[in-house]
Amino acid sequence: MSGILNSSIGRKFAMALSALFLMIFLLQHFAINLLSVFSPDAFNDVSHFMGTFWAIQYLLQPVLIFGVIFHFVMGFVLEIKNRKARTISYAKNNGAANSSWMSRNMIYSGLAILAFICLHFYDFWLPEINTKYIQGDMSGLLANGEFRYFEELQHKFVDIWRVALYCIAFIFLALHLLHGFNSAFQSVGANNKYTKGLKGFGKAYAIIIPLGFVFIALFHHFNH
Amino acid sequence: MNMNLTLKIWRQKNASDKGKMVDYKVTDISPDMSFLEMLDVLNEQLINKDEEPVAFDHDCREGICGMCSLYINGEAHGPDRAVTTCQLHMRMFKDGDTITIEPFRATAFPVVKDLIVDRSSFDRIQHAGGFISVNTSGNTIDANTIPINKHDADTAFEAATCIGCGACVASCKNSSAMLFVGAKVSQFALLPQGKVEATDRVLNMVKQMDEEGFGNCTNTGACEVECPKGISLENIARMNSEYLKASLKG
Ligand code: HEM
Ligand code: SF4
Ligand code: FES
Repeated sequence: MSGILNSSIGRKFAMALSALFLMIFLLQHFAINLLSVFSPDAFNDVSHFMGTFWAIQYLLQPVLIFGVIFHFVMGFVLEIKNRKARTISYAKNNGAANSSWMSRNMIYSGLAILAFICLHFYDFWLPEINTKYIQGDMSGLLANGEFRYFEELQHKFVDIWRVALYCIAFIFLALHLLHGFNSAFQSVGANNKYTKGLKGFGKAYAIIIPLGFVFIALFHHFNH
Repeated sequence: MNMNLTLKIWRQKNASDKGKMVDYKVTDISPDMSFLEMLDVLNEQLINKDEEPVAFDHDCREGICGMCSLYINGEAHGPDRAVTTCQLHMRMFKDGDTITIEPFRATAFPVVKDLIVDRSSFDRIQHAGGFISVNTSGNTIDANTIPINKHDADTAFEAATCIGCGACVASCKNSSAMLFVGAKVSQFALLPQGKVEATDRVLNMVKQMDEEGFGNCTNTGACEVECPKGISLENIARMNSEYLKASLKG
Protein backbone atom coordinates (compact mmCIF):
# COMPACT_ATOMS: atom_id res chain seq x y z
CA MET A 1 0.00 0.00 0.00
CA SER A 2 2.93 2.31 0.74
CA GLY A 3 3.69 4.99 -1.80
CA ILE A 4 0.63 4.29 -3.91
CA LEU A 5 0.67 7.94 -5.00
CA ASN A 6 4.09 7.32 -6.54
CA SER A 7 2.60 5.06 -9.18
CA SER A 8 0.72 6.13 -12.27
CA ILE A 9 -2.28 3.96 -11.45
CA GLY A 10 -2.31 5.05 -7.82
CA ARG A 11 -2.39 8.69 -8.84
CA LYS A 12 -5.22 8.04 -11.28
CA PHE A 13 -7.11 6.20 -8.57
CA ALA A 14 -6.72 9.09 -6.14
CA MET A 15 -7.72 11.52 -8.89
CA ALA A 16 -10.86 9.53 -9.58
CA LEU A 17 -11.78 9.22 -5.88
CA SER A 18 -11.46 12.98 -5.39
CA ALA A 19 -13.55 13.49 -8.53
CA LEU A 20 -16.27 11.07 -7.39
CA PHE A 21 -16.38 12.87 -4.06
CA LEU A 22 -16.70 16.23 -5.83
CA MET A 23 -19.52 14.93 -7.98
CA ILE A 24 -21.47 13.81 -4.90
CA PHE A 25 -20.84 17.19 -3.30
CA LEU A 26 -22.04 18.90 -6.48
CA LEU A 27 -25.32 17.01 -6.31
CA GLN A 28 -25.89 18.13 -2.73
CA HIS A 29 -24.99 21.74 -3.57
CA PHE A 30 -27.38 21.62 -6.50
CA ALA A 31 -30.24 20.27 -4.40
CA ILE A 32 -29.89 23.11 -1.89
CA ASN A 33 -29.62 25.77 -4.59
CA LEU A 34 -32.71 24.39 -6.26
CA LEU A 35 -34.62 25.01 -3.02
CA SER A 36 -34.01 28.72 -3.51
CA VAL A 37 -36.17 28.60 -6.63
CA PHE A 38 -39.12 26.93 -4.93
CA SER A 39 -39.00 28.16 -1.37
CA PRO A 40 -36.87 31.02 -0.04
CA ASP A 41 -37.81 29.98 3.51
CA ALA A 42 -36.66 26.41 3.08
CA PHE A 43 -33.50 27.69 1.40
CA ASN A 44 -32.84 29.98 4.35
CA ASP A 45 -33.38 27.20 6.88
CA VAL A 46 -31.11 24.74 5.14
CA SER A 47 -28.45 27.39 4.51
CA HIS A 48 -28.45 28.34 8.15
CA PHE A 49 -28.12 24.72 9.17
CA MET A 50 -25.28 24.09 6.69
CA GLY A 51 -23.53 27.27 7.73
CA THR A 52 -23.68 26.74 11.49
CA PHE A 53 -23.84 23.00 12.25
CA TRP A 54 -20.46 22.11 13.74
CA ALA A 55 -19.96 18.79 11.94
CA ILE A 56 -20.49 20.44 8.58
CA GLN A 57 -18.40 23.49 9.34
CA TYR A 58 -15.48 21.80 11.05
CA LEU A 59 -15.46 18.31 9.55
CA LEU A 60 -17.06 18.25 6.11
CA GLN A 61 -15.99 21.72 4.99
CA PRO A 62 -12.27 21.04 5.51
CA VAL A 63 -12.66 17.68 3.76
CA LEU A 64 -14.30 19.41 0.82
CA ILE A 65 -11.61 22.08 0.60
CA PHE A 66 -8.95 19.40 0.77
CA GLY A 67 -10.78 17.42 -1.94
CA VAL A 68 -10.91 20.40 -4.30
CA ILE A 69 -7.26 21.32 -3.73
CA PHE A 70 -6.12 17.71 -4.04
CA HIS A 71 -8.06 17.29 -7.28
CA PHE A 72 -6.66 20.27 -9.10
CA VAL A 73 -3.13 19.92 -7.76
CA MET A 74 -3.09 16.26 -8.83
CA GLY A 75 -4.58 17.37 -12.16
CA PHE A 76 -1.63 19.70 -12.69
CA VAL A 77 0.87 17.05 -11.58
CA LEU A 78 -0.55 14.54 -14.07
CA GLU A 79 -0.63 17.13 -16.84
CA ILE A 80 3.04 18.01 -16.30
CA LYS A 81 4.05 14.35 -16.23
CA ASN A 82 2.06 13.62 -19.36
CA ARG A 83 3.67 16.48 -21.22
CA LYS A 84 7.09 15.16 -20.28
CA ALA A 85 6.15 11.81 -21.77
CA ARG A 86 6.21 13.42 -25.23
CA THR A 87 8.63 16.31 -25.58
CA ILE A 88 8.59 16.46 -29.38
CA SER A 89 5.07 16.92 -30.65
CA TYR A 90 3.70 15.71 -33.96
CA ALA A 91 3.83 18.02 -36.95
CA LYS A 92 0.37 16.75 -37.80
CA ASN A 93 -1.96 15.24 -35.21
CA ASN A 94 -5.57 14.31 -35.82
CA GLY A 95 -6.85 13.96 -32.27
CA ALA A 96 -10.47 14.30 -33.32
CA ALA A 97 -10.17 11.04 -35.28
CA ASN A 98 -9.96 8.93 -32.14
CA SER A 99 -11.06 10.87 -29.06
CA SER A 100 -13.49 13.52 -27.88
CA TRP A 101 -12.57 17.18 -27.47
CA MET A 102 -13.63 16.97 -23.81
CA SER A 103 -11.26 14.11 -23.08
CA ARG A 104 -8.31 15.91 -24.65
CA ASN A 105 -8.91 19.20 -22.84
CA MET A 106 -9.67 18.25 -19.23
CA ILE A 107 -6.89 20.54 -18.03
CA TYR A 108 -8.48 23.56 -19.77
CA SER A 109 -12.04 22.85 -18.65
CA GLY A 110 -10.53 22.23 -15.20
CA LEU A 111 -8.70 25.57 -15.24
CA ALA A 112 -11.94 27.33 -16.15
CA ILE A 113 -13.65 25.62 -13.19
CA LEU A 114 -10.76 26.62 -10.93
CA ALA A 115 -11.13 30.26 -12.01
CA PHE A 116 -14.83 29.98 -11.26
CA ILE A 117 -14.19 28.47 -7.83
CA CYS A 118 -11.97 31.46 -7.01
CA LEU A 119 -14.74 33.86 -8.04
CA HIS A 120 -17.32 31.80 -6.18
CA PHE A 121 -15.23 31.83 -2.98
CA TYR A 122 -14.82 35.57 -3.30
CA ASP A 123 -18.57 35.96 -3.82
CA PHE A 124 -19.94 33.70 -1.11
CA TRP A 125 -17.36 31.92 0.99
CA LEU A 126 -15.20 34.87 2.06
CA PRO A 127 -18.17 37.10 3.06
CA GLU A 128 -19.61 34.14 4.95
CA ILE A 129 -16.34 33.51 6.83
CA ASN A 130 -16.09 37.24 7.51
CA THR A 131 -19.60 37.52 8.97
CA LYS A 132 -19.43 34.36 11.03
CA TYR A 133 -15.88 34.02 12.24
CA ILE A 134 -14.40 37.52 12.02
CA GLN A 135 -17.43 39.66 12.94
CA GLY A 136 -18.61 36.77 15.10
CA ASP A 137 -22.24 37.01 13.96
CA MET A 138 -23.56 33.47 13.92
CA SER A 139 -27.22 34.52 13.95
CA GLY A 140 -27.68 34.35 10.18
CA LEU A 141 -30.10 37.28 10.51
CA LEU A 142 -30.48 40.64 8.83
CA ALA A 143 -31.16 43.86 10.76
CA ASN A 144 -34.88 43.34 10.11
CA GLY A 145 -34.79 39.97 11.84
CA GLU A 146 -35.10 37.87 8.69
CA PHE A 147 -32.61 35.28 7.49
CA ARG A 148 -29.94 36.85 5.27
CA TYR A 149 -29.09 33.94 2.94
CA PHE A 150 -31.79 34.27 0.30
CA GLU A 151 -31.46 38.03 0.30
CA GLU A 152 -27.71 37.80 -0.26
CA LEU A 153 -28.15 35.23 -3.00
CA GLN A 154 -30.58 37.42 -4.94
CA HIS A 155 -28.34 40.42 -4.50
CA LYS A 156 -25.38 38.55 -6.04
CA PHE A 157 -27.23 37.69 -9.21
CA VAL A 158 -28.33 41.23 -10.06
CA ASP A 159 -25.09 41.90 -11.92
CA ILE A 160 -25.43 40.52 -15.45
CA TRP A 161 -21.65 40.08 -15.80
CA ARG A 162 -21.46 37.84 -12.80
CA VAL A 163 -24.40 35.80 -14.11
CA ALA A 164 -22.67 35.52 -17.49
CA LEU A 165 -19.41 34.33 -15.89
CA TYR A 166 -21.30 31.77 -13.84
CA CYS A 167 -23.07 30.47 -16.94
CA ILE A 168 -19.84 30.16 -18.93
CA ALA A 169 -18.19 28.33 -16.02
CA PHE A 170 -21.05 25.84 -15.90
CA ILE A 171 -20.62 25.09 -19.58
CA PHE A 172 -17.00 24.19 -18.86
CA LEU A 173 -18.14 22.11 -15.91
CA ALA A 174 -20.49 20.22 -18.24
CA LEU A 175 -17.63 19.60 -20.68
CA HIS A 176 -15.39 18.45 -17.80
CA LEU A 177 -18.00 16.02 -16.52
CA LEU A 178 -19.04 14.71 -19.94
CA HIS A 179 -15.68 13.02 -20.06
CA GLY A 180 -14.93 12.88 -16.34
CA PHE A 181 -17.96 11.03 -15.00
CA ASN A 182 -17.37 7.80 -16.88
CA SER A 183 -13.62 8.27 -16.85
CA ALA A 184 -13.62 8.12 -13.06
CA PHE A 185 -15.16 4.64 -13.07
CA GLN A 186 -12.61 3.39 -15.58
CA SER A 187 -9.83 4.84 -13.39
CA VAL A 188 -10.93 2.95 -10.29
CA GLY A 189 -10.90 -0.22 -12.36
CA ALA A 190 -14.60 -0.64 -13.03
CA ASN A 191 -15.49 -1.31 -16.65
CA ASN A 192 -18.25 -3.88 -16.72
CA LYS A 193 -21.92 -4.27 -17.48
CA TYR A 194 -22.86 -2.01 -14.58
CA THR A 195 -20.62 0.88 -15.57
CA LYS A 196 -21.70 0.49 -19.18
CA GLY A 197 -25.26 0.95 -17.92
CA LEU A 198 -24.09 4.06 -16.06
CA LYS A 199 -22.83 5.71 -19.25
CA GLY A 200 -26.18 7.26 -20.11
CA PHE A 201 -26.67 8.37 -16.52
CA GLY A 202 -23.21 9.98 -16.57
CA LYS A 203 -24.01 11.96 -19.70
CA ALA A 204 -27.33 13.04 -18.21
CA TYR A 205 -25.65 14.09 -14.95
CA ALA A 206 -22.98 16.04 -16.84
CA ILE A 207 -25.57 18.03 -18.75
CA ILE A 208 -28.53 18.33 -16.37
CA ILE A 209 -26.66 19.43 -13.23
CA PRO A 210 -24.65 22.27 -14.82
CA LEU A 211 -27.70 23.32 -16.84
CA GLY A 212 -29.68 23.36 -13.61
CA PHE A 213 -27.14 25.71 -12.03
CA VAL A 214 -27.40 27.96 -15.09
CA PHE A 215 -31.17 27.94 -14.73
CA ILE A 216 -30.95 28.91 -11.04
CA ALA A 217 -28.55 31.78 -11.77
CA LEU A 218 -30.78 33.10 -14.57
CA PHE A 219 -33.91 32.62 -12.45
CA HIS A 220 -32.56 34.85 -9.71
CA HIS A 221 -31.27 37.39 -12.19
CA PHE A 222 -34.72 37.84 -13.68
CA ASN A 223 -36.72 37.55 -10.42
CA HIS A 224 -35.36 39.95 -7.91
CA MET B 1 -6.21 5.10 -61.34
CA ASN B 2 -2.61 5.50 -60.26
CA MET B 3 -1.73 8.44 -58.04
CA ASN B 4 0.86 11.18 -57.72
CA LEU B 5 1.52 12.16 -54.13
CA THR B 6 3.49 14.64 -52.06
CA LEU B 7 5.11 13.13 -48.98
CA LYS B 8 6.26 15.12 -45.97
CA ILE B 9 8.62 12.80 -44.15
CA TRP B 10 10.57 13.16 -40.92
CA ARG B 11 14.29 12.75 -41.66
CA GLN B 12 16.76 12.36 -38.82
CA LYS B 13 20.30 11.02 -39.35
CA ASN B 14 20.71 9.45 -35.92
CA ALA B 15 19.46 9.60 -32.36
CA SER B 16 21.26 12.86 -31.60
CA ASP B 17 20.45 14.68 -34.85
CA LYS B 18 17.76 17.36 -34.58
CA GLY B 19 15.82 16.12 -37.58
CA LYS B 20 13.35 17.90 -39.87
CA MET B 21 10.42 17.34 -42.23
CA VAL B 22 11.46 16.90 -45.89
CA ASP B 23 9.14 16.98 -48.93
CA TYR B 24 9.24 14.25 -51.59
CA LYS B 25 7.16 13.46 -54.66
CA VAL B 26 6.18 9.97 -55.74
CA THR B 27 4.41 9.25 -59.01
CA ASP B 28 2.36 6.45 -60.48
CA ILE B 29 1.42 4.82 -57.15
CA SER B 30 -1.09 2.00 -57.54
CA PRO B 31 -4.09 2.04 -55.17
CA ASP B 32 -3.47 -1.67 -54.59
CA MET B 33 -0.05 -1.06 -53.05
CA SER B 34 0.41 -1.18 -49.32
CA PHE B 35 1.74 1.93 -47.63
CA LEU B 36 5.12 0.27 -47.12
CA GLU B 37 5.30 -0.66 -50.82
CA MET B 38 4.72 2.99 -51.61
CA LEU B 39 7.69 3.85 -49.36
CA ASP B 40 9.72 1.15 -51.18
CA VAL B 41 9.01 3.01 -54.44
CA LEU B 42 10.19 6.23 -52.86
CA ASN B 43 13.37 4.59 -51.57
CA GLU B 44 14.17 3.08 -54.96
CA GLN B 45 13.84 6.55 -56.40
CA LEU B 46 16.17 7.96 -53.72
CA ILE B 47 18.74 5.19 -54.19
CA ASN B 48 18.77 5.78 -57.95
CA LYS B 49 19.51 9.44 -57.26
CA ASP B 50 22.29 8.44 -54.82
CA GLU B 51 20.36 9.83 -51.88
CA GLU B 52 19.94 8.23 -48.48
CA PRO B 53 16.76 6.07 -48.44
CA VAL B 54 14.17 6.68 -45.73
CA ALA B 55 14.67 4.26 -42.84
CA PHE B 56 11.47 2.65 -41.55
CA ASP B 57 10.70 -0.46 -39.51
CA HIS B 58 8.98 -3.53 -40.96
CA ASP B 59 9.21 -7.28 -40.86
CA CYS B 60 6.24 -9.57 -41.54
CA ARG B 61 4.27 -7.16 -43.73
CA GLU B 62 1.10 -9.01 -42.85
CA GLY B 63 0.01 -7.40 -39.62
CA ILE B 64 1.34 -9.88 -37.11
CA CYS B 65 4.78 -8.77 -35.97
CA GLY B 66 4.02 -5.20 -34.88
CA MET B 67 7.27 -3.80 -36.30
CA CYS B 68 5.88 -1.32 -38.81
CA SER B 69 5.02 1.91 -37.04
CA LEU B 70 4.55 5.37 -38.59
CA TYR B 71 2.27 8.26 -37.71
CA ILE B 72 0.48 8.98 -40.96
CA ASN B 73 -1.57 12.15 -41.44
CA GLY B 74 -1.88 12.55 -37.70
CA GLU B 75 -2.87 8.96 -36.84
CA ALA B 76 -0.91 5.88 -35.84
CA HIS B 77 -0.91 3.48 -38.81
CA GLY B 78 -2.82 6.04 -40.85
CA PRO B 79 -6.51 6.72 -41.36
CA ASP B 80 -7.81 3.14 -41.69
CA ARG B 81 -9.12 1.18 -38.67
CA ALA B 82 -7.83 -2.10 -37.23
CA VAL B 83 -4.81 -2.24 -39.52
CA THR B 84 -1.07 -1.93 -39.18
CA THR B 85 0.86 0.25 -41.64
CA CYS B 86 1.83 -2.77 -43.74
CA GLN B 87 -1.90 -3.54 -44.10
CA LEU B 88 -2.81 0.05 -44.99
CA HIS B 89 -3.70 0.32 -48.66
CA MET B 90 -2.91 3.28 -50.86
CA ARG B 91 -6.57 3.26 -51.94
CA MET B 92 -7.21 5.14 -48.68
CA PHE B 93 -5.60 8.16 -50.39
CA LYS B 94 -6.45 10.28 -53.43
CA ASP B 95 -4.39 11.48 -56.36
CA GLY B 96 -2.69 14.77 -55.46
CA ASP B 97 -2.83 14.18 -51.67
CA THR B 98 -0.11 15.39 -49.34
CA ILE B 99 0.74 12.74 -46.75
CA THR B 100 2.60 13.59 -43.55
CA ILE B 101 4.71 10.70 -42.22
CA GLU B 102 6.31 10.89 -38.79
CA PRO B 103 7.85 8.46 -36.33
CA PHE B 104 5.84 7.38 -33.25
CA ARG B 105 6.52 10.11 -30.70
CA ALA B 106 7.12 9.36 -27.03
CA THR B 107 9.96 9.99 -24.62
CA ALA B 108 10.00 6.23 -24.01
CA PHE B 109 10.28 5.59 -27.80
CA PRO B 110 13.38 7.56 -28.83
CA VAL B 111 14.02 7.97 -32.55
CA VAL B 112 16.89 5.83 -33.83
CA LYS B 113 16.88 7.10 -37.41
CA ASP B 114 14.27 8.73 -39.66
CA LEU B 115 11.03 6.86 -38.93
CA ILE B 116 12.53 4.11 -36.78
CA VAL B 117 11.97 4.32 -33.03
CA ASP B 118 13.40 2.20 -30.24
CA ARG B 119 10.51 0.32 -28.58
CA SER B 120 12.68 -1.78 -26.25
CA SER B 121 10.93 -0.07 -23.33
CA PHE B 122 8.06 -2.47 -24.16
CA ASP B 123 10.46 -5.42 -23.95
CA ARG B 124 11.68 -4.29 -20.54
CA ILE B 125 8.07 -4.07 -19.30
CA GLN B 126 7.52 -7.64 -20.54
CA HIS B 127 10.69 -8.82 -18.84
CA ALA B 128 9.45 -7.30 -15.58
CA GLY B 129 6.53 -9.73 -15.39
CA GLY B 130 4.85 -10.50 -18.69
CA PHE B 131 5.33 -14.25 -18.41
CA ILE B 132 4.43 -17.26 -16.30
CA SER B 133 7.00 -19.48 -14.62
CA VAL B 134 6.57 -23.07 -15.77
CA ASN B 135 8.57 -26.06 -14.66
CA THR B 136 10.03 -27.55 -17.85
CA SER B 137 11.88 -30.42 -16.17
CA GLY B 138 10.29 -32.98 -18.48
CA ASN B 139 6.89 -33.58 -16.92
CA THR B 140 5.33 -30.24 -17.79
CA ILE B 141 1.56 -30.32 -17.38
CA ASP B 142 -0.37 -29.60 -20.55
CA ALA B 143 -2.24 -26.31 -20.18
CA ASN B 144 -5.36 -27.85 -21.68
CA THR B 145 -5.79 -30.22 -18.74
CA ILE B 146 -7.02 -27.30 -16.63
CA PRO B 147 -10.63 -26.43 -17.48
CA ILE B 148 -11.17 -22.72 -18.11
CA ASN B 149 -14.54 -21.13 -18.68
CA LYS B 150 -15.11 -20.01 -22.24
CA HIS B 151 -15.65 -16.35 -21.45
CA ASP B 152 -12.37 -15.99 -19.57
CA ALA B 153 -10.49 -17.98 -22.18
CA ASP B 154 -11.84 -15.78 -24.96
CA THR B 155 -11.13 -12.55 -23.11
CA ALA B 156 -7.59 -13.68 -22.30
CA PHE B 157 -7.09 -14.67 -25.92
CA GLU B 158 -8.29 -11.30 -27.18
CA ALA B 159 -5.85 -9.56 -24.82
CA ALA B 160 -3.09 -11.84 -26.06
CA THR B 161 -3.59 -10.69 -29.66
CA CYS B 162 -1.71 -7.47 -28.81
CA ILE B 163 1.32 -7.37 -31.10
CA GLY B 164 3.25 -4.78 -29.10
CA CYS B 165 3.29 -2.27 -31.95
CA GLY B 166 3.08 0.83 -29.77
CA ALA B 167 0.28 2.51 -31.70
CA CYS B 168 -1.54 2.98 -28.40
CA VAL B 169 1.37 4.99 -27.00
CA ALA B 170 1.79 6.95 -30.22
CA SER B 171 -1.90 7.89 -30.37
CA CYS B 172 -2.27 8.76 -26.71
CA LYS B 173 -1.99 12.46 -25.92
CA ASN B 174 -0.19 11.38 -22.73
CA SER B 175 2.03 8.75 -24.38
CA SER B 176 0.56 6.25 -21.95
CA ALA B 177 1.38 2.57 -22.40
CA MET B 178 -1.59 1.40 -20.38
CA LEU B 179 -3.42 -0.35 -23.21
CA PHE B 180 -0.34 -2.43 -23.97
CA VAL B 181 0.40 -3.19 -20.32
CA GLY B 182 -3.31 -3.72 -19.63
CA ALA B 183 -3.42 -6.34 -22.37
CA LYS B 184 -0.26 -8.05 -21.16
CA VAL B 185 -1.52 -8.13 -17.57
CA SER B 186 -4.98 -9.33 -18.60
CA GLN B 187 -3.86 -12.18 -20.82
CA PHE B 188 -2.48 -13.89 -17.71
CA ALA B 189 -4.68 -12.47 -14.94
CA LEU B 190 -7.72 -14.24 -16.38
CA LEU B 191 -6.15 -17.68 -16.56
CA PRO B 192 -5.39 -20.10 -13.70
CA GLN B 193 -1.74 -20.41 -14.75
CA GLY B 194 -1.37 -16.64 -14.59
CA LYS B 195 -3.11 -16.14 -11.26
CA VAL B 196 -0.18 -17.68 -9.35
CA GLU B 197 2.12 -14.73 -10.02
CA ALA B 198 -0.58 -12.12 -10.58
CA THR B 199 0.35 -9.87 -7.66
CA ASP B 200 4.03 -9.49 -8.48
CA ARG B 201 3.35 -9.35 -12.19
CA VAL B 202 1.10 -6.31 -12.15
CA LEU B 203 3.19 -4.46 -9.55
CA ASN B 204 6.45 -5.06 -11.42
CA MET B 205 5.10 -4.32 -14.88
CA VAL B 206 3.46 -1.08 -13.79
CA LYS B 207 6.63 -0.06 -11.93
CA GLN B 208 8.69 -0.66 -15.07
CA MET B 209 6.12 1.17 -17.21
CA ASP B 210 6.41 4.22 -14.94
CA GLU B 211 10.21 4.06 -14.92
CA GLU B 212 10.31 4.05 -18.71
CA GLY B 213 8.64 7.47 -18.73
CA PHE B 214 5.27 6.65 -20.25
CA GLY B 215 2.47 9.05 -19.29
CA ASN B 216 -0.68 8.54 -17.24
CA CYS B 217 -3.86 7.29 -18.84
CA THR B 218 -6.68 9.86 -18.85
CA ASN B 219 -9.15 7.55 -20.55
CA THR B 220 -9.41 9.44 -23.83
CA GLY B 221 -9.86 6.10 -25.60
CA ALA B 222 -7.61 7.08 -28.53
CA CYS B 223 -5.54 3.90 -28.06
CA GLU B 224 -8.52 1.59 -28.43
CA VAL B 225 -9.59 3.30 -31.66
CA GLU B 226 -6.10 3.20 -33.18
CA CYS B 227 -5.09 -0.28 -31.96
CA PRO B 228 -4.69 -2.57 -34.99
CA LYS B 229 -5.94 -5.51 -32.90
CA GLY B 230 -8.92 -3.82 -31.30
CA ILE B 231 -7.60 -4.29 -27.76
CA SER B 232 -10.35 -2.97 -25.49
CA LEU B 233 -10.17 -0.35 -22.73
CA GLU B 234 -11.59 -2.99 -20.41
CA ASN B 235 -8.04 -4.30 -20.20
CA ILE B 236 -6.90 -1.02 -18.63
CA ALA B 237 -9.71 -1.15 -16.09
CA ARG B 238 -8.75 -4.75 -15.31
CA MET B 239 -5.11 -3.75 -14.86
CA ASN B 240 -6.17 -0.88 -12.58
CA SER B 241 -8.22 -3.15 -10.34
CA GLU B 242 -5.52 -5.86 -10.40
CA TYR B 243 -3.00 -3.23 -9.43
CA LEU B 244 -5.10 -1.84 -6.60
CA LYS B 245 -5.77 -5.34 -5.26
CA ALA B 246 -2.07 -6.16 -5.51
CA SER B 247 -1.03 -2.95 -3.73
CA LEU B 248 -3.30 -3.79 -0.81
CA LYS B 249 -1.77 -7.28 -0.59
CA GLY B 250 1.88 -6.62 -1.29
C1 HEM C 1 -10.78 22.97 -9.48
C2 HEM C 1 -10.55 22.91 -10.74
C3 HEM C 1 -10.40 21.60 -11.46
C4 HEM C 1 -9.31 21.25 -12.18
C5 HEM C 1 -8.06 22.08 -12.43
C6 HEM C 1 -9.56 19.94 -12.69
C7 HEM C 1 -8.70 19.24 -13.49
C8 HEM C 1 -8.84 17.93 -13.84
C9 HEM C 1 -7.89 17.16 -14.58
C10 HEM C 1 -6.57 17.66 -15.13
C11 HEM C 1 -8.38 15.91 -14.68
C12 HEM C 1 -7.65 14.73 -15.26
C13 HEM C 1 -8.03 14.48 -16.61
C14 HEM C 1 -8.40 13.05 -16.80
O1 HEM C 1 -8.06 12.19 -15.97
O2 HEM C 1 -9.04 12.79 -17.80
C15 HEM C 1 -9.67 15.89 -14.04
C16 HEM C 1 -10.49 14.79 -13.96
C17 HEM C 1 -11.76 14.80 -13.45
N1 HEM C 1 -12.39 15.88 -12.85
FE1 HEM C 1 -11.60 17.67 -12.56
N2 HEM C 1 -10.79 19.52 -12.28
C18 HEM C 1 -11.34 20.50 -11.51
C19 HEM C 1 -12.58 20.50 -10.88
C20 HEM C 1 -13.49 19.46 -10.95
C21 HEM C 1 -14.80 19.46 -10.33
C22 HEM C 1 -15.40 20.63 -9.53
C23 HEM C 1 -15.36 18.25 -10.62
C24 HEM C 1 -16.69 17.69 -10.25
C25 HEM C 1 -17.65 18.29 -9.68
C26 HEM C 1 -14.41 17.50 -11.39
C27 HEM C 1 -14.62 16.24 -11.86
C28 HEM C 1 -13.67 15.47 -12.51
C29 HEM C 1 -13.86 14.11 -12.90
C30 HEM C 1 -15.11 13.28 -12.70
C31 HEM C 1 -12.65 13.69 -13.48
C32 HEM C 1 -12.31 12.31 -14.04
C33 HEM C 1 -11.47 11.53 -13.08
C34 HEM C 1 -10.80 10.36 -13.75
O3 HEM C 1 -10.64 10.32 -14.96
O4 HEM C 1 -10.41 9.45 -13.03
N3 HEM C 1 -13.28 18.26 -11.58
N4 HEM C 1 -9.92 17.14 -13.53
S1 SF4 D 1 -2.53 -2.65 -27.39
FE1 SF4 D 1 -2.89 -2.51 -29.62
S2 SF4 D 1 -1.88 -0.61 -30.18
FE2 SF4 D 1 -1.05 -1.14 -28.19
S3 SF4 D 1 0.80 -2.32 -28.58
FE3 SF4 D 1 -0.89 -3.84 -28.40
S4 SF4 D 1 -1.61 -4.12 -30.50
FE4 SF4 D 1 -0.37 -2.26 -30.54
S1 FES E 1 5.41 -5.32 -40.74
FE1 FES E 1 4.70 -6.82 -39.29
S2 FES E 1 2.88 -5.87 -38.58
FE2 FES E 1 3.49 -4.52 -40.17
